[in-house]
Amino acid sequence: MTILAIIAGAIALWLVFTYNSLIKLKNQTLNALKQIDVQLKRRHDLIPNLVNAVKGEMKFEQDTLEKVINARAKAINAAQSGNMKEAFENENIITQGLSKIMALSENYPNLKSNEQVKQLMEELSHTENTLAFARQFYNDIATKFNIAQQTFPNNLIASALGFTSSELFELPADSKERENPKVDLTI
Amino acid sequence: MNIYEQQEKNKRLTFFIFFAFFAFFLFIGMGFDYFYSFGANQRGPKYVWNSAGYYEAKGTSNTFFPIGTLLASAFAVGMSINSAFNGHKFVLRSTMARRAVGLNDKEKQFLNVIKEMSIAAGLPEPQGYIVPDSDLNAFATGFSPENSYIAVTEGLLEKLNREELQAVVAHEMSHIRNYDIRVMTLAAALVNAISLISDWSVRSARYSSGRGYSSSRSGRGGAGGILIIIWFIFVIFAPLISRMLALAISRQREYLADASAAELTRNPLALIKALEKIRMSVDPTYAVNNGIAHMCITDPRGSLIEEREGLMGDLFATHPPMEKRILALKLMAYQMSSPSNSIGGAS
Repeated sequence: MTILAIIAGAIALWLVFTYNSLIKLKNQTLNALKQIDVQLKRRHDLIPNLVNAVKGEMKFEQDTLEKVINARAKAINAAQSGNMKEAFENENIITQGLSKIMALSENYPNLKSNEQVKQLMEELSHTENTLAFARQFYNDIATKFNIAQQTFPNNLIASALGFTSSELFELPADSKERENPKVDLTI
Repeated sequence: MNIYEQQEKNKRLTFFIFFAFFAFFLFIGMGFDYFYSFGANQRGPKYVWNSAGYYEAKGTSNTFFPIGTLLASAFAVGMSINSAFNGHKFVLRSTMARRAVGLNDKEKQFLNVIKEMSIAAGLPEPQGYIVPDSDLNAFATGFSPENSYIAVTEGLLEKLNREELQAVVAHEMSHIRNYDIRVMTLAAALVNAISLISDWSVRSARYSSGRGYSSSRSGRGGAGGILIIIWFIFVIFAPLISRMLALAISRQREYLADASAAELTRNPLALIKALEKIRMSVDPTYAVNNGIAHMCITDPRGSLIEEREGLMGDLFATHPPMEKRILALKLMAYQMSSPSNSIGGAS
């Protein structure tokens, strides 16, 4: 009888412990996701300023600018209507467009010497970096959450307790980041 | 060996070193007790003028009280607590660092980069400080990630580009994330405490050895005397040895922080470039004194002891040779670029 009680107590303790640790990870994951939202919002606010500042000079890259503006509008709409897949796709288009604009702006001496554009560029690379790092951190913490759910013995109860695994951010198939970086090993 | 294995290995090594540090500290205190009670037992009887009008021999009390051990531990704890609460203030004040507020483009960039790295590490944002010095150096201090500070020199802000600055800040952020900042402040406090205590026990031992010596000549010296001599030599060299231990801790942690920085930015190449720039500026960092040398990203003394491998470098350098650090990072960059095959790819 005592042995049964001890076993039952141990199982109850384990349940409580597992549940609490999973809840903690779940909230960390959600928080990381919110952090991405914050950065996306910043980026959306930044794009019109940037486009206004550079469109006079960058006449030959009107296509890229248009693309970014359209993708921004679509992404905001899609996010509001809850279509996350479309929103992600458009955000990826923005990422590529912005990195192209940043690289191309190096070719325009007038832009490089313009104080306002300089500040905007710093602001832009800050936002882009933060966004990338926020995603990276989200992926790390979501992976941790998923592993915690899928390893034995937690996998026996995780779904019963109502936990589902989180999706990770992936780079689109044709993005530049997928290519292997070239590494110079010369000393 | 990948990033995570290296982290594991470094953590284990650091633990052993730190354990040795504490054992060492206790040894000094206990040795003092042994020495003191040994000396006390050798004292002859006291002669006291009693009421009957003649001298009476009274034995000195032989109750053992581990005063050295207690004082050594209490001192260590006190120093640690003090350094936990005030360590960062002393460090920042001694370098005359000022708070970065975004006065110019570079400062703004510095603050932005700190924010980025705090998000990458999933930690609260540390405060940015700027050290007025034209040499290239950086350090982190504080007690916990919630209460942490990253300082860079003006020269570093000026000479490094955004990616390199990011790598350096990531390196410091790793020190914060791994709680190196706490260990380093405590280690600094322990080194200070040991040098003080060793000084103090050598003095008081010399004082009481005057009486102990005369009686040990009368036959009861022997093994105890030799032990005392060993302990005495040990105590005299304690400050030097403990400082070497602190430096050893810091050396291990530099490799770990480099590895974590590469993990945070996923960009070991930027850190390689930054370290090479830092290495090229050979001037000493005048604003940083010896007491916090082990906290910086590179040795502020500007000496070339870092470059020396072998025994001298292993014992006295605050940091591993830049050469070795850069090589370790290059290996990491190489592995990241070809994750699937460890040999192929370099045709």
